[in-house]
Amino acid sequence: MSETNLEKDKRKIKSEKKMRDIMTAYYIDAKTARQNNKKVAWITSGGPVEPLIAMDIIPVYPENHGAMIGASKMGVDLCEKAETMGYSNDLCSYARSDISCATVNGGPIGGLPEPDMLVCCNNICGTVLKWYEVQARYFNVPLFIFDTPFCHTEYTKEAKRYVERQINEYILFLENICGRKMDQDHMKEVGKTSFEGQKLWQEVLDTAINKPSPLTAFDAFFHLALIVTLRGTQQTIDYYRGLLGEMKERVQAGIGAIPQEKYRLLWDNLPIWYRMKWLSQKFAEHNACLVADTYTSAWCGSMKYIDDSKFLDSMAEAYSRIYLNIGVDEMAKMVIEMIDKYDVDGFVLHSNRSCKPYSFGQLDIQRIVEKERGIPCLMIEADMVDERSFSESQISTRIDAFMEIIKERKTPYRGREAKG
Amino acid sequence: MRTAGIDIGSITAKAAIVEDGGILGTKIIFTGYNAEAAGVKVYEDLLSESGMDTSSIAKIVSTGYGRNSVKFADKTFTEIMAHAAGAYLLNPKIRTIIDIGGQDSKAIALDEKGKVRNFVMNDKCAAGTGRFLEVMARALEVNLDEFGAMSLQSKLPSKISSLCTVFAESEVISLIARGEKRPDIIAGIHESIAARVSSMIARVGVAEPVMITGGVARNAGVVDALERKLGVKIAVSSYAQVNGAIGAAVLASTL
Repeated sequence: MSETNLEKDKRKIKSEKKMRDIMTAYYIDAKTARQNNKKVAWITSGGPVEPLIAMDIIPVYPENHGAMIGASKMGVDLCEKAETMGYSNDLCSYARSDISCATVNGGPIGGLPEPDMLVCCNNICGTVLKWYEVQARYFNVPLFIFDTPFCHTEYTKEAKRYVERQINEYILFLENICGRKMDQDHMKEVGKTSFEGQKLWQEVLDTAINKPSPLTAFDAFFHLALIVTLRGTQQTIDYYRGLLGEMKERVQAGIGAIPQEKYRLLWDNLPIWYRMKWLSQKFAEHNACLVADTYTSAWCGSMKYIDDSKFLDSMAEAYSRIYLNIGVDEMAKMVIEMIDKYDVDGFVLHSNRSCKPYSFGQLDIQRIVEKERGIPCLMIEADMVDERSFSESQISTRIDAFMEIIKERKTPYRGREAKG
Repeated sequence: MRTAGIDIGSITAKAAIVEDGGILGTKIIFTGYNAEAAGVKVYEDLLSESGMDTSSIAKIVSTGYGRNSVKFADKTFTEIMAHAAGAYLLNPKIRTIIDIGGQDSKAIALDEKGKVRNFVMNDKCAAGTGRFLEVMARALEVNLDEFGAMSLQSKLPSKISSLCTVFAESEVISLIARGEKRPDIIAGIHESIAARVSSMIARVGVAEPVMITGGVARNAGVVDALERKLGVKIAVSSYAQVNGAIGAAVLASTL
């Protein structure tokens, strides 16, 4: 297991530095927006960001901020602060830390830049509605709610009309605040750029099909930031092109993401941000690589609905049919597709105390996977930001036992022998 | 080959020595605050009581929540694997193990070869575990060893509805104040544990024969409540509490 520094260095993803630079520059731009006469919109992670980019408004993501708060282990303090303000500890830890952070300008970057408007899309959860209403009152700014009906199995005619109409209202909302019309040609370009970015992100994730995989889900959690925050910009395309190139080089050179990949796993739900290093080491010690996850692929999972020549209309469908806004059977279908595509030996589900829509159907999905594919599944109970919900020795035992079961089934790479 | 297994739990530390499928000796002590010292002591005590020498033991496996603090072990396994191996030695037909220890309760599903098919563990909460019973025994001023026999006298178990150990304790105190009989309260406690544990077991499915392991297996009242709740017979071995250590010793013989 002990690796020389040289080997570790070889394994390190070089694009990481560039990514940090881009994100730093992005937050500096956002924090100095007022001085540069630019407007800032806070938007939910699954919200339609492209019209903002087309209107030259800087999008800021409280959820990305929540992830940074979690990763820098500042979540407990901020959650406790929110609880002191009267918010229940059953509430999402992103919501709790964002609400309390706004009042103290705390956290790793001293708080988010103040918004000129809020855009809330409920395709990811229902909590965001109340969360954004709270912030709209606190900052006294207009709020646009983009309502995407739940698509149990299909996207109905009525839903289509309802969501497409809201796109027009959304654009009108932005035009009123900015005091100018949207440039339709520019909007089309942004749509194409967004689509291109999503395709590249999917290609990056797909390099994990290779054995050994050049990246882990933990790497994907990190490199995800651009497709979330800067979707629709040229910068995103350039960055993912570079990253894809690096991944392809690693595949060519046979460089794996972990020293010895014997077992391949799929991850479900948000990362446990404050334990990324611990978890990645824990799995690597078992020679297990988390090659894919349902979370990072959510930002390119509904590409099939996008027609980049009719971006705005098709966007309505794509945003309505994301992973968290579809029925459990549909979710399970996507999970099974990923199991086959990435040829995994086991499925790890993070039952996330914060994220109800993500965690609610997990037991059913686990049962479906066990029945359809017969691979071992592991449920870990934790929270994405609130460390008080993480019990190390319990989770450690569960992971060890899960890996013992996988090892007992012996054949690393399930499909290899069958394929001859 | 003669091998040893050490199982460090949250309340007790157990050791077992096994040779060619036969159990040569077992030992249980309290873990206390120092898991590492408990591991050394339980092993040394067992060796001296059995009149054996360290050199006669070929391999040692440690398991349990303190498994990594047993520095002299050749390898560690989780208690899930250990309980499966132990149950297989005691009765190879067992398909479901219910293990209730000091702070964990778990259900383990085995295949026909005794290998672990699936498992579930309790969430981060001690309700439905040995620690829960200890708290209740203190509130009722009854020795925990008498819990089983006393609860079997009850005709009308009290209703305990709180899931949280702390709230359940105050519920018990109010039942005492209301004058409910101790056997009824204890039977109610056992039923609440059975309800909690059986909903967890249902997640892996209950395939017979079923065996109970861990310290709580010594409590006939919990076993009785579980049997009624699940509608199956549950086998209790006299080795139930040391089953994890026995299994660890069995696993050591495969190294």
